[in-house]
Amino acid sequence: MRKLFFLLLCLSFSIVKAQDYFPTDKGVKTSEKKMFALTNATIYVTPTEVIKKGTLLIKDGKVVEVGKSVKIPKGTIITDLDGKSIYPSFIDIYTEFGLPKPKRAPRGRVTQYEPSREGYYWNDHIRPDTNPIENFKFDNRKAKDMINAGFGVVNTHLHDGIIRGNGLIVALSPNSSNAYRILDQKSAQFLSFNKSRKSNQAYPSSRMGAMALLRQTYLDADWYAKGNMENKDLALEALNRNKDLVQIFETDNWLDATRADKVGDEFNIQYTIVGSGDEYERIADIKALNANFIIPINFSNAYDVSNPLLAQQISLRDMRKWNQEPSNLSVLSKNGVNFALTTRSLKSVKSFHKNLQKAIKYGFDKEKALASLTTIPASILGKTDIGNLKKGSYANFLITSGDIFDAKTTMYENWVLGDKNVINDMNIKDITGDYMLSVNNKNYDLSITGKGAKQTGSIKLNDKKVKSKFSFKDDWISIILNEEDGYTRLTGKAINAANLMQGTAYDTEGNESSWSASQKMQKGANKKDASKNKKKSDDITVVPVSYPNLGFGNYTQPKTETILIKNVTIWTSEDAGILENTDVLLEDGKISKIGKNLKSRRATVIDGTGKHLTAGIVDEHSHIAASSINEGAQNSSAEVTIEDVVDPTDINIYRNISGGTTSAQILHGSANPIGGRSAIIKLKWGENAEGMIYKNTPKFIKFALGENVKQSRSANGVRFPQTRMGVEQLFVDYFTRAKEYDALKKSGKPYRKDIEMEVIAEILNKERFISCHSYVQSEINMLMKVTEKFNFNVNTFTHILEGYKVADKMAEHGVGGSTFSDWWAYKYEVNDAIPFNAAIMHNAGVTVAINSDDREMSRRLNQEAAKTIKYGGLSELEAWKTVTINPAKLLHIDDRVGSIKEGKDADVVLWSNHPMSIYAKVEKTIIEGKVYFDREEDKKKRKAIAEEKSQLITMMLNEKLGGGKTRVPMKRKDRNFECDTLEELKN
Amino acid sequence: MFFFLMININAQQTPAAKQSNPISIEGATAHLGNGQVIENSLIMFSDGKITFVGSAMMRIARIGTVINAKGKHIYPGLIATNASLGLAEIDAVKATRDFDEVGTMNPHIRSLIAYNAESKVVESMRPNGVLMAQITPRGGLISGTSSIVQLDAWNWEDAAIKTDDAIHMNWPGSFTSGRWWLGEDPALKADPNYGKNIDEIKQYFLNAKNYLASNSDTKHIPYESTKGLFDGSTKLFIHASGAKEITDAITICKELGINNLALVHGEGADSVADLLVKNNVGVVLDRPHRNPNSEDDAYDYTYTIAKTLVDKGVLVCLGMEGQMERMNTRNLPFYAGTFAAHGLDKEVALQLLTSNSAKILGIDDKVGTLEVGKDATLFISDGDALDMRGNVLSKAFIQGRDISLETHQTKLWKRYSNKYKSK
Repeated sequence: MRKLFFLLLCLSFSIVKAQDYFPTDKGVKTSEKKMFALTNATIYVTPTEVIKKGTLLIKDGKVVEVGKSVKIPKGTIITDLDGKSIYPSFIDIYTEFGLPKPKRAPRGRVTQYEPSREGYYWNDHIRPDTNPIENFKFDNRKAKDMINAGFGVVNTHLHDGIIRGNGLIVALSPNSSNAYRILDQKSAQFLSFNKSRKSNQAYPSSRMGAMALLRQTYLDADWYAKGNMENKDLALEALNRNKDLVQIFETDNWLDATRADKVGDEFNIQYTIVGSGDEYERIADIKALNANFIIPINFSNAYDVSNPLLAQQISLRDMRKWNQEPSNLSVLSKNGVNFALTTRSLKSVKSFHKNLQKAIKYGFDKEKALASLTTIPASILGKTDIGNLKKGSYANFLITSGDIFDAKTTMYENWVLGDKNVINDMNIKDITGDYMLSVNNKNYDLSITGKGAKQTGSIKLNDKKVKSKFSFKDDWISIILNEEDGYTRLTGKAINAANLMQGTAYDTEGNESSWSASQKMQKGANKKDASKNKKKSDDITVVPVSYPNLGFGNYTQPKTETILIKNVTIWTSEDAGILENTDVLLEDGKISKIGKNLKSRRATVIDGTGKHLTAGIVDEHSHIAASSINEGAQNSSAEVTIEDVVDPTDINIYRNISGGTTSAQILHGSANPIGGRSAIIKLKWGENAEGMIYKNTPKFIKFALGENVKQSRSANGVRFPQTRMGVEQLFVDYFTRAKEYDALKKSGKPYRKDIEMEVIAEILNKERFISCHSYVQSEINMLMKVTEKFNFNVNTFTHILEGYKVADKMAEHGVGGSTFSDWWAYKYEVNDAIPFNAAIMHNAGVTVAINSDDREMSRRLNQEAAKTIKYGGLSELEAWKTVTINPAKLLHIDDRVGSIKEGKDADVVLWSNHPMSIYAKVEKTIIEGKVYFDREEDKKKRKAIAEEKSQLITMMLNEKLGGGKTRVPMKRKDRNFECDTLEELKN
Repeated sequence: MFFFLMININAQQTPAAKQSNPISIEGATAHLGNGQVIENSLIMFSDGKITFVGSAMMRIARIGTVINAKGKHIYPGLIATNASLGLAEIDAVKATRDFDEVGTMNPHIRSLIAYNAESKVVESMRPNGVLMAQITPRGGLISGTSSIVQLDAWNWEDAAIKTDDAIHMNWPGSFTSGRWWLGEDPALKADPNYGKNIDEIKQYFLNAKNYLASNSDTKHIPYESTKGLFDGSTKLFIHASGAKEITDAITICKELGINNLALVHGEGADSVADLLVKNNVGVVLDRPHRNPNSEDDAYDYTYTIAKTLVDKGVLVCLGMEGQMERMNTRNLPFYAGTFAAHGLDKEVALQLLTSNSAKILGIDDKVGTLEVGKDATLFISDGDALDMRGNVLSKAFIQGRDISLETHQTKLWKRYSNKYKSK
């Protein structure tokens, strides 16, 4: 046995291709240059160039000629492929083929802030120096799977880090050697938002941190390239070397795709984006990126909804995903997005075709399908000699029984570099069909199904199943019939032309007789099949996509309306105070008129009798609608901005407008003394991130003091600062350096552009404002004194729970206070927090806002404002200002929002009642003249959600009862970001 | 002097002395807590008990001190059910946290002895009308035994209204988080171990029952503490959410012979309301000021659930478990107000903090309404106490004792207001 194995090993070695100049000790040196001609085939030279009855001539792994009339040289091995088709083998450009998954670095007890590598960039997750050729090992097993799925070439790289280095293009030729099958060892450069497994360096800990890091890396690489750095940096050198390669960026969802593209655009890099399969959710935004895409086709199974109590927990968003995602390729293609397909994220490559066939059933064009597997991936990599069968291209092709995307088609062979790999033996006859089998004067029904060697038959006698065993091997049919009167063994061969089989039968006694089987007319069966198929395709219902694509999403974006609200009680938040029985006209997104007896012919009239109209609530401190909140892996993260990670799909946006909030500052968290930049947004439910962020947004940054920044709740905190004393020095340090940086920049001398310093210099130059998380009086006073030394003021103290202790100093400094109405007792530094804080600060002359810092409270800030009446006795007018004009002032958006005044944005809320009454409910929330929330519309939405869920549940039940695979119900976890929420970036 | 001041601001308000003089409150709108309202009322109490509830128009002698409360409102003291006041002072400081014991089956763990009657958080309840609370341990499958206290006392012993009133159990959920550290989706998936988990609980109570039936020589302290569950003297508060979980919990408890039940949280209780009514199970609702559980829920689900259940005949009161629950307990009246904003009758909403709570807690013979013979635990508010603008207390009484409405916070308020005034 061992000998045999050895022999086999030798044999397999001997067929491996060897370079000519290598010596041999195995015998005489031979060289065989075979030439093959494949004739009479339908040849897809490219998806659009198809030759019927053509010939493909190949030699030395390349296409020599292809066409209708190709001259075939002598000595060519000719294979007649009449009735068969030839396609270029597929290309998957996003794999980790032949590369080991990097091992995770062991985690230490304390957070690692420093890099692990020396001589490279300061951040371990920037690894453009990775060259996978060093670790590449051809994986025969995986190669076989890919070959069987029709792939001939893969592009592979190490999926590790934010910048991941280059890739390799590998031909999947098991019998070749790396000397031939590596077609390009520097094919593209890869990037992602995920950290390297090889290092535990904490930074970046968030999506926005990863984006900032990429930007700074590009800036530094440029600075390095210009010869301005005295040190060596192998990572930056590699990055500069890889600059001209295609840049391929992996993303996890469509939002990340837009984010990656944004970073690329800033540096004139057009990434090719590896998508995630959810692009249909925002196809217009995806299209607008003008990027090439690499798209996976991994479709999820239906949920098992047989238990209604569990099924009711599945969100509409997740149900829709199951229903809608098979249409993704069709949607992308119809919108003109150029994309290649990848097997990435498939559990098994075997499901690739099944999924692709499903996508085609959902309207994906076959020609596009072929292009997305051949010419498009080739062109993304800038290759012309793969993915087609033109003269001179690599001889990578598939031989099939017909249309490659048809489930019934058999894939016979996959040739790679001119080497044949058999998938299904082409020489095995297709004997499938219904036959009448005649043995010993009995007529049986024989039905043969399956493909190739796996064709199998079942036998019936007078519509009753007969126990039998069928096999088809080496062209021989053998059947064993097991009937009451004993066994009958049949053996014989098929005569294709006549659709006939015949042979000899042996009964239990060994008596011989002849048998035959003739094929029945196929017409009827075909017809039945066709009608069945037709019915199936009619069954496809894709529920419409809403914006965002979840319950309560909008199918169409609200339009700017002309609205006249009559006879309403107006809370102006201006000196005018409250105006009874007054009309307001909203036109072109603005408050155009306030007065009595207003008229407008075009306007939709709303009767405001008994109701109250206020400006939309402004929340100075919110953490909704963002994919990450803290970049806490450094003590300053001024380089990050929440604008990068605004998430328009957060249901809290809708819930907030249902409570009258229309504008919010989405603040970075409080994990570090210098946090990130804010996003100031309007809660325009259904819009994309860009549509929500204020145009010409006032510039803000989050600072933080106290327990959070000194890592009080972390047992192993080691990051500077660990005390309030350190916090002061940190600010002094950063402000000093930024001042020096700015001076150098303004001097006109060359300087290394540093995003963090740029941002802090903006603060010093009074172009950016600080909103500082603060609790106790000592630190509040400290920050005011530090900034005064640097000749600027703090704009806002947020939380500011001990503001009442230094309210006079705050008034003198000119800083505003944005506080909670009544929170306290959750940590040591709020021991002296009192609900009278807002009133005391207000009385001392400080501009006071009441904020939420909580996605739930932000939907009822009217109630929180009312608490300032109870605690400390603010007047109703002043109380209402704490959630409208005051926060607008603190955010420098009071010229646009925060009060009802002619000329301001039409951001207004119609209340059922006195807005600070506990009994008040929002009836309509209008932003820029568009009705984003309406109580009556909301009721319709609830009904629609229930109906759509029932519809989808029925579809899933059908899937299950039809034998489809299902998965256990899943419940979406509620996401709750607060000041101290830390995100973990994947690695 | 400075030292004295420090002591002063850190010390709790002195508990009020026993009622020595009768008190009559005249002219207020009385919200009795049982759904009834008396305009221009007369309420009288002596020796800590209510002696008269009626109209001020009645020609009857006012006894003792007469308080003119014309234009004001009078309410029974509000009760915080399923609260944990006094079991932690500062959430983030472990040294002050006393609400969550190790172990999964802790029926013997008693909250009362850890209740800090001098907590600054506790005193901050009173100016908002929250005068009683069920002090409940947290954590584990069986968290422990709660007790009911009034919020103006020298120590836990004085504070107790009902000692060891109930055992609290956290019913397992049928969903579990994906193990993200193994690369699984962190979303919640149907838990394959759900059956096993509830079996464990069943087995535990069966063992306890068997133990109690036998005459074992060696004492089993946890099992001993479950005795009241089987004879009905101790209530079992089942903390559960989800129609499936609630149904399982009630059915299994009934099978075990545990019949005195209350349901806490009760997300999804609306779909099993009949079961709750049939088995006389009251529901302790979570605060409405929380986000709906699921993305597809109506934005006002948490605001309207009380009305939904009340309409279906379920006995409902308001509980406090959740984020920052201790400090937020003072917002109890506003939670009821929010329920009222979303459809519940205002007086019914008040019942969720008064008579209904007392019924579910089994103390309705003593407190929960303004009725003759009950404790004179009540307060006078300038306006509608369920509305932030109206909730301004001028007087509050616990068992007839005229309690202080000052707190650590009001002292700081006055101190700093004066600082700027004198400038």
